Amino acid sequence: MKRLYTHFGDRIFAWALLLLALGVAALALLMAYELYQGGSLALKRFGLLGFALGREWDPVIQKSFGAWPYILGTVIVSLSALLLSFFPALAAAIFAAEYAPRWLAQVINFLLDLMAAVPSVVYGLWGIFVLAPWIRDQVQLPLYMWAAEHAPWLVPILGVPTGYGLMTAVLILASMIVPYTAALARDAIALVPKEHREAAYALGATRWEVMRMAILPLARGGIIAGAFLALARAVGETMAVTMVIGNSHKLPYTLFGGAATMPSVIANEFTEAVEDLHLSALIAVGFLLFWVSMAVNFAAAYILRRQERLVKGVL
Amino acid sequence: MLPTGNLRSLEKNLALRARYRKERFMMALVGLGTGLAFLILLLVLAYALSQGAGALNLDFFLKDMRPPGETGGGLRQAIVGTLIVDGLGLLIALPLGLAAGILLAEYPDHPVNPYLRLLSDTLNGMPAILFGLLAFILIVKPMGGFSGLSGAFALGFLMIPILARSTEGVLSLVPKEIREAGLALGLPRWRVILSLVLPTARAGLITGVLLAFARAAGEAAPLLFTAFGSPLLELNPLKPMDTLPLRLFAFAISPYEDWHRQAWAAGLVLFGLITLTSLLARWASRRRF
Repeated sequence: MKRLYTHFGDRIFAWALLLLALGVAALALLMAYELYQGGSLALKRFGLLGFALGREWDPVIQKSFGAWPYILGTVIVSLSALLLSFFPALAAAIFAAEYAPRWLAQVINFLLDLMAAVPSVVYGLWGIFVLAPWIRDQVQLPLYMWAAEHAPWLVPILGVPTGYGLMTAVLILASMIVPYTAALARDAIALVPKEHREAAYALGATRWEVMRMAILPLARGGIIAGAFLALARAVGETMAVTMVIGNSHKLPYTLFGGAATMPSVIANEFTEAVEDLHLSALIAVGFLLFWVSMAVNFAAAYILRRQERLVKGVL
Repeated sequence: MLPTGNLRSLEKNLALRARYRKERFMMALVGLGTGLAFLILLLVLAYALSQGAGALNLDFFLKDMRPPGETGGGLRQAIVGTLIVDGLGLLIALPLGLAAGILLAEYPDHPVNPYLRLLSDTLNGMPAILFGLLAFILIVKPMGGFSGLSGAFALGFLMIPILARSTEGVLSLVPKEIREAGLALGLPRWRVILSLVLPTARAGLITGVLLAFARAAGEAAPLLFTAFGSPLLELNPLKPMDTLPLRLFAFAISPYEDWHRQAWAAGLVLFGLITLTSLLARWASRRRF
């Protein structure tokens, strides 16, 4: 191997490649560093924990910044979206990989590609003009009317029925992350050696039993990794969420109420932030978002690597 | 036959029936779940088509947007801006992404590879808006203002890990006999890579480039505080520039009926642009070398 690099041109070429590739590495490190540096004014003022757990976000009067409402908002929105989308996505993957006739499986794969290609703003647009009014008129108003008559103590919890809030964001986000879970689950199911199915069928298992006992246990790692990738995607999703979540600084305490997530507050306030501390606080939110995304992505990568080893071991 | 045998077969029969009932039930559930998975997507597409098609005309492509409250006009500035910002971003990302991919695939035991792979994976998983923040800190702040160029950097950052990954994947598909043949002829390694490996993988490389382009074309979040937007056609990348996703966002939260219609039309055009690029990518990958 060493001898391959001894040619003069080769050495130059390898160094040039290395130099450019180090640019990529530098970019990742730069991101962590610059986000920390940019947010340091706020992080130093409130302390990392004080900033992360602070409940007050008031850029105008008190000039105090705490990211807790947005962290909580991000966790609630992305986990609920994952929960809501997981079983439909898994069903689509099972259907496409095992049961659908070839043409239908191709249609499903095409739809999954399409879903990943529709820009976030288009989902948000639909959320603003179709889903939010529908939720307001068909879900929130009836609930509100009922509560006003029968259970007045519920009214403050239900909040003002505007249609914009957690629920709408969760529904849209759930739909947006379906392709991430579904594509990985489909691939994981397709990777299960066919001897496994054949053995189970030969024992007289029904198709569902084959799926549950022979396929899903082996594909489990890939499916979970897909869920984590979908979660990572949900955590970072910005535009669609910003457009429908209602952008409230308060702690999200009901499923319908307005809220905000870490990306949505950055998107919403960044161009309005005139003071250094406000700007720094927003970048500090980005810094926290960076580490949250990193953790979720690494979890997905770890599970996926273990899964690959498992399937290879079986083969 | 003993009566017990009959009884046993009856029992078996009941168990079998229960299993088949469960089978049918689960199949129905899987079908239902599949439908649910695509429900919102299909609703969005149907609604976008019904709302946006009406606002699509020649003016939409040839005229700039009108001031608030006035009807008519088009989104020429946003369409041209999307192509410029996204294209510049690609130019920025291409050398870095390609080099990283080549290094990972062609020099598998290079000592930096484990770190390079880790860091490019890190970039790959980052929310798009963080690339916008980075471009803001690195470009907008020192330059003293929003610009198309800073937007291009944000999108370029976003494309780099995608390009690196797709390049690595495609190059690893090139049969190693091709490299061996080149080396056996006495070619230096760099010639083997540049004149044999890369041309062999050309179709796949083009696919990766197009997919990265399509992915970035739909992004608005990293452009909110970099490219920023502009109501008139702007060709100078040092000035703020409009893009379709940005303009769509601005129109969507505006109070004007006509702008809402144009937002839907912008959504359709954007979607068409992305689909077209993806189709081109698929077509390129299907053509063998």
